[in-house]
Amino acid sequence: MAVHRLRGSAAIVGAGQAGIGEAPGRSPFDLIGDATRAALDDCGLKLSDIDGVFSATMINSMPAISVAEYLGLRPRVTEGTNTGGSSFLAHMQWAALALDAGLCEVALITYGSNQRTGAGKFVTTSETVAWEAPYKPRYPVSAYALAAARHMHEFGTTRAQLAEVAVAARTWANLNPEAFARGPLSIEDVLAARMLSDPLTVKDCCLVTDGAGAIIMTRADRARDFPKAPVYMLGVAAENWHRWVSSMPDLTTTSASRSGPRAMEMAGVSHADLDLVMLYDAFTITPVLFLEDLGFCPKGEGGRFVADGKLRHGGGFALNTNGGGLSCVHPGMYGLFLLIEAVRQLRGECGARQLDAPKTALCHGNGGHWSSQVTAILGLEETL
Amino acid sequence: MEIKVTATGPGPERLWREALAAGRLTLPFCDACGRAHFFPRVLCPHCGAGDITFREVSGRGTVHSTTVLRRKPAEGGDLNIALVDFAEGGRMMSRVDGLPPAEVRIGLAVTARILVEDGAPIVVFVPGEAA
Ligand SMILES: [Zn+2]
Repeated sequence: MAVHRLRGSAAIVGAGQAGIGEAPGRSPFDLIGDATRAALDDCGLKLSDIDGVFSATMINSMPAISVAEYLGLRPRVTEGTNTGGSSFLAHMQWAALALDAGLCEVALITYGSNQRTGAGKFVTTSETVAWEAPYKPRYPVSAYALAAARHMHEFGTTRAQLAEVAVAARTWANLNPEAFARGPLSIEDVLAARMLSDPLTVKDCCLVTDGAGAIIMTRADRARDFPKAPVYMLGVAAENWHRWVSSMPDLTTTSASRSGPRAMEMAGVSHADLDLVMLYDAFTITPVLFLEDLGFCPKGEGGRFVADGKLRHGGGFALNTNGGGLSCVHPGMYGLFLLIEAVRQLRGECGARQLDAPKTALCHGNGGHWSSQVTAILGLEETL
Repeated sequence: MEIKVTATGPGPERLWREALAAGRLTLPFCDACGRAHFFPRVLCPHCGAGDITFREVSGRGTVHSTTVLRRKPAEGGDLNIALVDFAEGGRMMSRVDGLPPAEVRIGLAVTARILVEDGAPIVVFVPGEAA
């Protein structure tokens, strides 16, 4: 089969984060500016080199336009599609396409939010939908709780198995000085935590933090000209089946079951090639479904798959090594942080939590209520 | 009772709500493939055909999933939220009344009731099959 023209065509050459956890007094755009400067410093490019801006936020009707204005840019390509937390993986797809077509030379993908210190709670501009609003669901937790309840009913998944996902994330966060939630966490702690929407307790839910991220992408033909090892986009694929949970075709199968295989086919990788797996963990149930849908275990086996502790640091399955949305950072939309952690691991920058010379990583982003699924495969030069 | 969705008249959401306000629970059925869907649309999400007819339905359904939104008493207390599959096809978000919220189980047979809440008719369900 012919190699897809986007395989390895573009690379992440710079990555930066800012305000991870709490950043009192700084606006979302301040944090985007901070992260963008960090990403530029990381690769040695100037702000004025950026001619493609890709962003989505939870507070702006024209997010990428507003980001470009704040940064003082006049980009040739501006892309602000909002698919929720998966947006930034989708942006990587569009950035690679724009770079390949010569529409831009240096792409910035960025996101930031101050929703912990600025608002004190999960912030969203999302509308309500007339078909669900009369029943007063609390978004997004109720949508994920309905799927968790169905998964438990169909497959015998237990609350303790879900809790293991949170406990495993904490073992990684405890090795990450940037992680917001650190310290001991047991399965009993998760089970005894305050119930929000059965079967999910507050400890089954991601953090509400501040934070911003930025990555800089160029075409592969110049990616070696920067100080750090380029991280190539080997594959990317997206699919969505619904917006609201009442229209979700199957509460226990997501469109990750389509995006994952297509991204891996584009990349030409199998599961055995993946050294790191970064799965959007908005709730403990989300990585369980994605482990199944992405083919790491059979459908229905996700709870039993994680129950042996393999996801914990040293457990043999490197998942969400930054501590994830559950224990590291979750400023409303988290997808960009999956990519940044993968870049850092592949470059060997992760200190106490560093994996042993990883070469290939899978990042999977989720948006809405299990709605948008985007899978990306990243790799070092030797994987090209 | 049948109401055909026309190309120029009120849209399917309006027709569904008007029937509900008149005390009739209807679902949109596709004239081409015969399948019901929910929420109402001008085309069939199963086959794409554009001829849709609302028919009154039994109100019988099955709880497909359920959760209890835990709220403080001052916020109204614990609230059931359920996804219910209609016997005729289609699924809606709703609520099961007549049981403590945590006692609603997946697989429970339920029957629709039309209530007025916040000034608008809505569909909720109660345990058991309609008499
Ligand atoms: Zn049809």
